[in-house]
Amino acid sequence: MSGAEAWMLVGMVIVTFGIRYFLFAVADRIRLAPWLELSLKFIPPAVLTAITVPAVLLPNGEWQVSFANSYLVAALLSLAAGIVTRNLLVTIGMGLAAFFVHRYFV
Amino acid sequence: MNHPESLNKHEFLSGIRDTLPLLLGALPFGLIYGAIAATSGLSMTAAILMSALVFAGSSQFIAVGLVAAQTPVAIIVLTTLIVNLRHMLYSATLLPYLKELPQRWRIMLAFWLTDETFAVTVHRFQRSDSSPCKHWYQLGSSIAMYLNWQFWCFLGLVLGHRIPDAQSWGLDVAMPVTFIGMIIPFVKTIPVLVSVLTAGAASLLTLAMPYKLGIVVSAFAGIASGLLAQRIIDARREAHRQ
Repeated sequence: MSGAEAWMLVGMVIVTFGIRYFLFAVADRIRLAPWLELSLKFIPPAVLTAITVPAVLLPNGEWQVSFANSYLVAALLSLAAGIVTRNLLVTIGMGLAAFFVHRYFV
Repeated sequence: MNHPESLNKHEFLSGIRDTLPLLLGALPFGLIYGAIAATSGLSMTAAILMSALVFAGSSQFIAVGLVAAQTPVAIIVLTTLIVNLRHMLYSATLLPYLKELPQRWRIMLAFWLTDETFAVTVHRFQRSDSSPCKHWYQLGSSIAMYLNWQFWCFLGLVLGHRIPDAQSWGLDVAMPVTFIGMIIPFVKTIPVLVSVLTAGAASLLTLAMPYKLGIVVSAFAGIASGLLAQRIIDARREAHRQ
């Protein structure tokens, strides 16, 4: 391992842990305003969606809105499976299966 | 924090059990990380240490990509910061549930905070029962994610030296389909649906922003629209009542 690699790791560890720990560290000393507390419940699905949508519609960094896009087909089928079954494993399994069937057999 | 040991153990095991499907989702992601790292010019030791100590999938991917492009260390660290800003939103969400815990617990749970563990655990915390050891649930989920990640990253590194084009197999599809499975249980009310649709649209409008900053901006757009929808619905309900 080179010196530059070591510095990169040290920097990344400080940054990633710092972000995750900062609010926890002061958890008992801060109080959130009521509207802020209300807004917290929107965070998880909003962040996850903001990561997912571009990954599906621009899988390789370029727009691909058609049924030739295996990522889009997999996402739509896993979404349907998830809404119908409400089962996480089925949702993921359906998405993976749809992707590979579409990519290698369609 | 002295609760009956059996209760702690029960929460811990439930956390592991509820995280099992997500381990499947992380599997290909870990393999690809290892495979890319193996060909990026990053040393084996640094690649393993990154998984063990940084433990943040998307940052690891981007870091390895930047290493391959011979980017200066300062830029890599800055990019990591921006890509992981969303974790601060997660810790804000968990704040009310963890503020009674001793610091050593907060340190552990912070270190192991991921998209997956967060999504699973927040449902547990929000359930109305007054179990005093829900943090054990998060610990179970965290450790399951951690060990799973280390294992597949390592295997990916070993295989990566042999199968150089693993990147082109499309294994990265695991991330969006796993996230879709994680999003669905949150969408139970109209305001959350509005929030999700807005965040999705915003993520496409902010693509041009550098360093994936668009994710954070889109999250804020989603939160704002959700709050607005909530307010409108509450006002209507109030008007009906009068």
